[in-house]
Amino acid sequence: MNKVKMPLGFLQSGREGTVKEMHGGNNMCRRLAGLGITCGSRVGVISNNAGGPLILSVKESRLALGRGMALKIMVEEE
Amino acid sequence: MSFRFALVGNPNSGKTSLFNEITGNTQYVGNWPGVTVEKKEGRAKKIKDDVKIIDLPGIYSLSPYTLEEIIARDYLVDEKPDVVINIVDATNIERNLYLTTQLVELGLPVVIALNMMDEVEAAKDKIDIDALAKSLGIPIIPTVATKGRGVNELMQKSLQIAQTAAVGSATGKSLNIFNKGIEKYITEAESALAAHLQDIPFNPRWVALKLLEGDLKIIDRLNLPGKLLQEIGQRRDMLEEEYGSDAETIIADARYDFISGIVKKTIERKRSQGALSTSDKIDKVVTNRLLAIPLFLAVMFVVFRITFGALGSFTIDWVDALINGTIAGTINGWLEALGAAEWLHALIIDGILAGLSSILVFVPQIMILFLFLAFLEDSGYMARAAFIMDRLFKRLGLSGKSFIPMLMGFGCSVPAIMATRTLENEKDRRLTIILTPFMSCGAKLPIYALFAGAFFANNQSLVVFSIYLLGIVIAILSGIILRKTVLKGEPTPFLMELPPYRIPTGKGLLIHMWDRGKGFIKKAGTVIFAAAVFIWFFQTFNFSLKMVEDPANSILGVIGRGIAPIFSPLGFGDWKSAVAIFTGLLAKEVVVTTMGILHGLGEVTESSTSLIGAMQTYFTPLKAYAFMAFTLLYMPCIAAFGVIKREMNSWKWTWFAVGFQTAVAWLVAFVIYQVGSLLGF
Repeated sequence: MNKVKMPLGFLQSGREGTVKEMHGGNNMCRRLAGLGITCGSRVGVISNNAGGPLILSVKESRLALGRGMALKIMVEEE
Repeated sequence: MSFRFALVGNPNSGKTSLFNEITGNTQYVGNWPGVTVEKKEGRAKKIKDDVKIIDLPGIYSLSPYTLEEIIARDYLVDEKPDVVINIVDATNIERNLYLTTQLVELGLPVVIALNMMDEVEAAKDKIDIDALAKSLGIPIIPTVATKGRGVNELMQKSLQIAQTAAVGSATGKSLNIFNKGIEKYITEAESALAAHLQDIPFNPRWVALKLLEGDLKIIDRLNLPGKLLQEIGQRRDMLEEEYGSDAETIIADARYDFISGIVKKTIERKRSQGALSTSDKIDKVVTNRLLAIPLFLAVMFVVFRITFGALGSFTIDWVDALINGTIAGTINGWLEALGAAEWLHALIIDGILAGLSSILVFVPQIMILFLFLAFLEDSGYMARAAFIMDRLFKRLGLSGKSFIPMLMGFGCSVPAIMATRTLENEKDRRLTIILTPFMSCGAKLPIYALFAGAFFANNQSLVVFSIYLLGIVIAILSGIILRKTVLKGEPTPFLMELPPYRIPTGKGLLIHMWDRGKGFIKKAGTVIFAAAVFIWFFQTFNFSLKMVEDPANSILGVIGRGIAPIFSPLGFGDWKSAVAIFTGLLAKEVVVTTMGILHGLGEVTESSTSLIGAMQTYFTPLKAYAFMAFTLLYMPCIAAFGVIKREMNSWKWTWFAVGFQTAVAWLVAFVIYQVGSLLGF
């Protein structure tokens, strides 16, 4: 199957993806790494309401991530 | 022998619970990230040796980019504790081990407390602890900190490690985290450092890794020759070239690869990563786009309804009867029996007792409010409140994360301002520090209870609720203005962990409530006691130290009449209100104490009709509302002022903050009074 890269913010609730690229700048990437998001991590979207932050499942935890940032993380949908 | 053990772990991994369990302390434990913003010390109980336990702030990694991480890292590298106890949340091992891999590199002895094992057992997951310990090369003790399980074993193990380390048999070991390609660059950087070991008080391998990552803090601290830094910089460029990414990312990815390899072999989970848990299902409702904010407001309203409703009034009447009936009667009897002088009688009954009782009657109410706040925090709802508010806050130039310190401000501004340390960005922090005192703290509650009881008896809880909302609205508006002017910039992107919902334990709630509430009782016995004596004295004597008939001619009266005109346009230009606002800077409760002494003279509490009667001659409901709004917003008390100074670390910003707050207070009260008058209230 042909996998397409898209921003994490476009994934709907209930979908999962693998992080491929992160374009948030060093500082943001550091913080994300501490919370478990690096290239290659699997990220699930628990909730994605237009306009607000997303709730993600990352490893065994739940993260709230602002929409702006979610648009800068490119994932491949699983 | 004496040892120091440092507790290190992710936020919300149970560090503070473990600290309490080891030391027998009752530190407050929350269910949102960032409870410990400063390091705390305690002494281990039940152990012969002298062991000091240091609870460091919760951190996700050892990169020095937030204040908490800096506090924790500096402590570890400078103070070199004998053992690092790394608390790992067993329900979230993979993420937690990221920090562990960095701790091991510091070269200090590490022992893992694998915490929350009860939740792992309940989920029927399996962890091969022996295999995990072997792959990490660190001893692991399973624990359930909240129930004290495994704590003794943990301490015994740590002690044993500390004793062996003391005789020099244990040294820092390194994990095989990195593949040969990356390892090559680390080894090269390490050998480049070899000639400068005398300048490096830390583990050289760790320094090599940090320099390779380009850690500016370490570079600044070590003051290494430029040639060496250049050489390592070249290694960094080569590494980045080879792996097609920046060094930090390459190293972070390698850590997670290493961890996931171990986790695959040692842990068996029943539930898959994305499967919806009960917490997720609750979140679907609580964070729903349309329901979230109405639900939040409804929750807060219920809290105020109960606190200021029948239950609150009942406790006020009860304490009032106790102090002004039983206790005042008894003391009165004693004084008469002893034949005390008139002035002493007046000082004790009209000054001290009147002043204290005006505050103490509200203590149960403050406790009720804190019990609810404790419930909201311990259950995990507070973190959701930040999430919900981010949508709104983002448009105002604030991160949703700023909402947590602000919500804590409902308790007391002092810890709330300290909690701004969880914010990564300096401007976000300054802004949040300025806005937090607009949140109505517990000490202001007696002011509203007094005024709302006297002027809005029929819808007391609604009026008080509106004051709390006013605080939030003014904070938001001020945020917009400050963001557009003195604190220009974008908010830091919103990113935080949402801890799973937990049902708070009764014990936890009581500890938490008491931890916050005890301060108010202590204050009543110290600051407010002193203030009551002070106020009584200065309203009884004039500048020639003669007792006056009319308090308006007393020292306070003269000062009050001097500053009162400032408040005339706000509706409360009488000298007593002016004095109350002034003395309220000592502690906000003192506003009520002052009103009690100045108006009541004797029988003084919110429920005593004489005070209400006296106040009703000075205030109308509109003036009372303007007064409440002013006391809500103006410069915080001295204690909060001190913390603002400390956290801002600048007099300029401190004066700006309190000046801004007072100006806003004046303006808001002015608008309320003038517009209200025009509308005929």
